[in-house]
Amino acid sequence: MHSATIGQRRYTFPDLKTLLAKATPLRSGDVLAGLAAETGEERVAAQFALADLPLSTFLNEAVVPYESDEVSRLIIDSHDKVAFAPVAHLTVGGLRDWLLSDEATTAVLTALAPGLTPEMAAAVSKISRLQDLMIVAAKCSVVTRFRNTIGLAGHLSVRLQPNHPTDDARGIAASILDGLLLGSGDAVIGINPATDSPERAHTLLSMLDDIRTKLDIPTQSCVLAHVTTTLELIGKGSPVDLVFQSIAGTQAANKSFGINLALLREARDSALSLKRGTVGDNVMYFETGQGSALSANAHHGVDQQTVEARAYAVARVFKPLLVNTVVGFIGPEYLYDGKQITRAGLEDHFCGKLLGLPMGVDVCYTNHAEADQDDADALLALLVSASVNFVMGVPGADDVMLGYQSTSFHDALAMRDLYGRRPAPEFEAWLTKQGLMDTANRIRPGELPTNFRALLPPS
Amino acid sequence: MTKPPAKSEGEALWASLRKLTDARIGLKRSGASLATAPLLEFQLAHARARDAVHAPLDEVRLAADLVPLGLPVLNVGSAAENKAAYLMRPDLGRQLAPGAAGILAPHAGAYDVVFVISDGLSALAVRNHAARLLAEVIPVLRTQGWRVAPLVIVRHGRVAIGDAIAAQLGASCAAVLIGERPGLSAPDSMGAYFTWRPGAQTTDADRNCISNIRPAGIGYADAGFKVSHLLEAMRGRQMSGVGLKDLSDRLLLGDT
Repeated sequence: MHSATIGQRRYTFPDLKTLLAKATPLRSGDVLAGLAAETGEERVAAQFALADLPLSTFLNEAVVPYESDEVSRLIIDSHDKVAFAPVAHLTVGGLRDWLLSDEATTAVLTALAPGLTPEMAAAVSKISRLQDLMIVAAKCSVVTRFRNTIGLAGHLSVRLQPNHPTDDARGIAASILDGLLLGSGDAVIGINPATDSPERAHTLLSMLDDIRTKLDIPTQSCVLAHVTTTLELIGKGSPVDLVFQSIAGTQAANKSFGINLALLREARDSALSLKRGTVGDNVMYFETGQGSALSANAHHGVDQQTVEARAYAVARVFKPLLVNTVVGFIGPEYLYDGKQITRAGLEDHFCGKLLGLPMGVDVCYTNHAEADQDDADALLALLVSASVNFVMGVPGADDVMLGYQSTSFHDALAMRDLYGRRPAPEFEAWLTKQGLMDTANRIRPGELPTNFRALLPPS
Repeated sequence: MTKPPAKSEGEALWASLRKLTDARIGLKRSGASLATAPLLEFQLAHARARDAVHAPLDEVRLAADLVPLGLPVLNVGSAAENKAAYLMRPDLGRQLAPGAAGILAPHAGAYDVVFVISDGLSALAVRNHAARLLAEVIPVLRTQGWRVAPLVIVRHGRVAIGDAIAAQLGASCAAVLIGERPGLSAPDSMGAYFTWRPGAQTTDADRNCISNIRPAGIGYADAGFKVSHLLEAMRGRQMSGVGLKDLSDRLLLGDT
């Protein structure tokens, strides 16, 4: 039982998950689940109670039962008590103050990450404003490597997302050409296939590998098929750089995705055995997003932001190259408008970074949400100023396969210029070599580099 | 009068590449940013997609288009009474309206498959494509001895409403044709979701999906081929979902 007294009124919250839910800034998904605070005052009362909660509480009370959920077991069993020691005596409010303090340097936060549980990170985020989420996240550093180095201070990488509604190889190649010319693709060149068939995925993987090899691009490729498809293809000798999978924060939600921890472990081991990375061996690419557990009716009465943070506990044991929260994809029943999407994007980035993950954000919205390009611009700029590892690059911000708006090659370029962020160093050297940088060291393509003609369809 | 400038090599290149994809490639830049013309073109496409989301389904016209298939056509609603409720309450979109059982009950029987057609997020999609896809599929199923239930049009339905309809009518498979969320370049894309013996324990992992059904995406003939092979595979293996990969690609590619 948790409580807070506001004036004459005493608010009580029967358990930890209720307290977390009631303390969560308003969003439609929690209203849909019947978990949101009834009034503004109840929400702030819950935030007061949460601020006074000792962090040790989170080690003794699981929001989803330990016995019935393998994600809860993972969180508790992998908790690093030594890393936790510097903050073990603090409350949630105390942790917020400490994270913002000058004492919490990049090195200190890196050492702390394995000592924090997702629920602790989520709790702090609920009593933080956007600028707090940005300031703390910007102090976190998570660097990962495969064929290049992602997440270094002062750098911003981009996933080149060249989707096509029928997976047409020439159409995809045309989008890749456009993206590479504008400096996208250092995080990954990653295709969402239109249908999840092994044959299709193999064809696309071979095409991506062929392009990368011909142009000698220091990056990695991925076809975002189901993990079982990718495993099958590794067995058959397809050129798999990264294993992709959507993940969530409860065992039941993961089951609805057709996965479990053992399957992810098997897939990672399988990808590692290929030894395709040249500068590192981060071989996993995960995507997440608030609302997926509720959508699968597998949230166990936990608010959507806390469940999302739990997905990061799943991600971190597999040492991913990239974790991408696809923040506005799921629709207005979970995040209603630009305001809710903006907050969720910064919460996810903060929680992921605090837990030690290489966070990127798909700044996006659908046409049935109350959002537009101005909202996307605002969130993108806030994330880049908070040192997000990577964002998406989609031709003209319009994904013609998935039917939603993400960020464009131009958006990424504008942000690199505005904030002085560089591409991954290996990739930047390659861009320079291709003649795509101007004398002021900006990405400004002129003539098509001769070797790029390899991407053009035979005339 | 000045002569228009000759098309540069770059412009000609992008014009030819744009024939390969609807993606917004080779957009003109001003510095790092988008030039004015492509900026406004994007705004127009977004405005149209927003309009498509909120357009109502013309059920009378859709029912008339389905008549040539030679099956009874039933009209029901979900528990979501209007578009706003549909958008904010997916749980209501998965349940039948109170009066629906009375409409379905007289048609209950023993069927292999029921086709459910719902506006979803684009009434335009099912208006344009549902009858044309079914015209490819249903004759094939009939020759293979499938017992096809009456067609059911659902207003404001989500994919899982097919589970309830299959149960009410006594069909082994729920096949739901539904308007997908409108994209900027595709305001009328239709999805098809298949679930073998759906029930209370059914999750999304138990469903198979064919997405982007529209002439500029997966055309009616290809989509029809995929649908009938997927259904045949489901019946053969008595299952659906991630355990059953899309076998029709293998057939199209001629692999074993």
